[in-house]
Amino acid sequence: MTDARIARFEERREKYRQMSDEALKAHFWELCDQIVAPIAELARTHTSPSIERAVLLRMGIDSLSAHGVVDRILEAGLLGKGAGHVLLRLAEKRGCGVKAAADAILEDKDVLKGLFEEVTQ
Amino acid sequence: MKSLDPNKKMDIEAILTDLENYRPLRKGWVWRKVMEEGVDMGPFHFRNMSEPLKNSIGLPASKYFEDIDPQPECVVTTEIASGRFEDDLRRMRMAAWHGADHLMVIRTTGQSHIDGLMEGTPEGVGGVPITRKQLRASRKACDMIEEEVGRPINFHSYVSGVAGPEVAVLFAEEGVNGAHQDPQYNVLYRNINMYRSFVDAAEAKHVMTAGEIFQIDGAHNANATAKAGWLVMPELLVQHGINCAYSLASGMPKELIGLSTVPPNSPPAPKLWYDLPYAVALRDFFSDFKMRAQQNTRYIESDIEEAIRTHTIDTLISMLTSADIQSTITPDEGRNVPWHYNNIRGVQTVKQTWSALDGIKDLLSLKMDGPLGEMARDIKERAVGFLEEILEVGGYFAAVEQGFFVDSAQYPERSGDGIARDGQGGVAADSIVPREPDYLAPVCAHYGNNHLPEGLQKPCDLIDGCTLCHPEKIVYIDELDPEDSADRRLQETYSYRKGNLIKPEVEWAGDGTVLVQMMIPEQEDYAREAGLEIARKMGLDDPQVINLMVMHPAEGCYLEVKGQVTFDVERDSLKIPEKIELLPEEELRAVVKDLGLKVVGGTVGEDEQSGGLRGILDIKHGRIETYGVKYHYLGTSVPIDKLIDAAIETGAHAILISTIISHGDIHRIQMKRLAELCQEKGIRDRMILIAGGTQVTPEMAAETGLDATFGRGTKGIDVVDAMVKTLRQRGAL
Repeated sequence: MTDARIARFEERREKYRQMSDEALKAHFWELCDQIVAPIAELARTHTSPSIERAVLLRMGIDSLSAHGVVDRILEAGLLGKGAGHVLLRLAEKRGCGVKAAADAILEDKDVLKGLFEEVTQ
Repeated sequence: MKSLDPNKKMDIEAILTDLENYRPLRKGWVWRKVMEEGVDMGPFHFRNMSEPLKNSIGLPASKYFEDIDPQPECVVTTEIASGRFEDDLRRMRMAAWHGADHLMVIRTTGQSHIDGLMEGTPEGVGGVPITRKQLRASRKACDMIEEEVGRPINFHSYVSGVAGPEVAVLFAEEGVNGAHQDPQYNVLYRNINMYRSFVDAAEAKHVMTAGEIFQIDGAHNANATAKAGWLVMPELLVQHGINCAYSLASGMPKELIGLSTVPPNSPPAPKLWYDLPYAVALRDFFSDFKMRAQQNTRYIESDIEEAIRTHTIDTLISMLTSADIQSTITPDEGRNVPWHYNNIRGVQTVKQTWSALDGIKDLLSLKMDGPLGEMARDIKERAVGFLEEILEVGGYFAAVEQGFFVDSAQYPERSGDGIARDGQGGVAADSIVPREPDYLAPVCAHYGNNHLPEGLQKPCDLIDGCTLCHPEKIVYIDELDPEDSADRRLQETYSYRKGNLIKPEVEWAGDGTVLVQMMIPEQEDYAREAGLEIARKMGLDDPQVINLMVMHPAEGCYLEVKGQVTFDVERDSLKIPEKIELLPEEELRAVVKDLGLKVVGGTVGEDEQSGGLRGILDIKHGRIETYGVKYHYLGTSVPIDKLIDAAIETGAHAILISTIISHGDIHRIQMKRLAELCQEKGIRDRMILIAGGTQVTPEMAAETGLDATFGRGTKGIDVVDAMVKTLRQRGAL
């Protein structure tokens, strides 16, 4: 396995020998960009509990509440909507601010039930 | 906020007061001010220095050079984190006075695995818990310190672990200026799930960009971890490349992206043959990015001097290539959690090397058409091959699963000891969630798909502003556990900081730690035990040998033993020698002129060393001749009776002797001899007798029968002042 890999590297190296320093550098960066492109796409289309807590922090929710709220949203299967989105929706429904919405979720996670269905109906 | 007074300790309690309303005075990373034409300081012109500080402490030898304290053009880092941030604030101030303007705070052990933010100020282990309160208090202290020294301080910590995005928001809100962020670090060294780490990193980097936070990557950990650090050079380029490319893809501008790079080898290896080609290759491929040159930690042992010598060469490599930030490693990192004064030593290594090698590139150039160019090219080709193989096996995640990284062999060879991680495993595995088509996040600096309603100026318009636009919305949490808090710890150390008690300190107020150095003429095993026994008999608690150097297998060992003193010293019980108030310079000049003051001088004793006396008698820089004193210098190894004869012959008013460093009490004996001989010759009443030397103290005058005696740091004016005062006392004026 290792011998085969080393042989393949030596083949590649023959190709590099034809390249100037500038061309080799450009090739390095093309390869780096190719490697990270699918990862950046993964990040663009996914979220995580930490990202959502970071959204809530920016919305003026304290760190402890943000943690509890995101846990409940995750359990309710709504993280893919965005935790901030959930708060906005609940705040709108209840006619309150986002902080009060966060408190409501912490008090009773059932407030999340059917939150998005009602609107789509 | 009150300005700091250089003569007063920082008031930690005041810093912790009213923190809930404190906002950092500025945001973002700051580089040093570098003048293209260079800097003139004292008698010299410097080519690689930046604007000097308003308040600073120079290298020990700076007193010979008009007290100049040249500041390198690069930002200089020191890492500070003792576990108690409230004690670190004082160390930050000390480090800033010695030239550090990048203060990096290490997190407490295990914080990277905490899935969320920590709050309050609990005590840390091997670092401090990074919390809002700790950051705000530290940034407040930095705001005060930067005003005191006259240069912006960059405050830095880590945006990694499973709570990266939240930490990034916290940092942006609290005005943190720099941070490590590298998803590869989480994966390889913290075993955090790879998908989670990269998804989080894009958000974290995006937020850091909004906060103008300078980013440093984590690639250098590969050569600190691999068995043969110098063989992983191709991989280092790969890791740097992946983090740079990913940062750009996350929207971070190049100006904010820095590489953490360490010269990978260390003496007795032929360091230059590895580190220089590596540095050259790196700076070629990464010419658009900033270089944070770190010093080698991989091969640090408990010997401080060895570490410092390696770090000097590391700094030389920075100067031969480039460094935007020169980081320092405390030279005691191989033996304990860094101590206050070793931060200063690290900074001094850079300052001293940078001054010595100022303008080196105008004098020397790297010879690229030889082995250096060939070796640099070799590293680059191997790195490119590494990247091609990553793509060949299916991309980055597949490569990590197959153990591509931190293998101790030089690519493409492989030892099979690389760190392999399972995509389905690790901390926080299976925790990323696909964003639904209507996914929404109503805040600024958010990365990725965001289904915002049309017509918004800013995403946070939906909530009337986010904390990045409206900091007043930030929610401050003070303490969660008042028992484990800075306030509680400060109460315990109050008397050492603000009261009447004094205790030595290396990390924490009142820790009592001291270091004893000794040579024990025994073989290693006996020397170690003898060292401990001696420390115990000296009254030290918990003595530990923290360094031992065998000088010869049978003849003996050099030991460093640390321990804690068990007593306090009361400040008001100390007798401080009175400071001599000097007569006004003009008055001294007038007396010298009226009298035509004449002296004879020479060095006594069997030695050619005459530095002290020449120094005091020298015409330059405020020595006695600048005040009009006429002197007759008899040279070195002068017999005392010859000095007295010369004084009588020339009609001198005074005899100045300089004593050499001596064993026993030779210097004392000579000083007494001078007084006695003058007495015998009947001239004691009309002759002023003065002695100086490195072992001499002002108190020795009375004991030896001289009129004045001077030790280190004596200036010409001190000597003239003493002569005039002696004459006045005698009524001769």
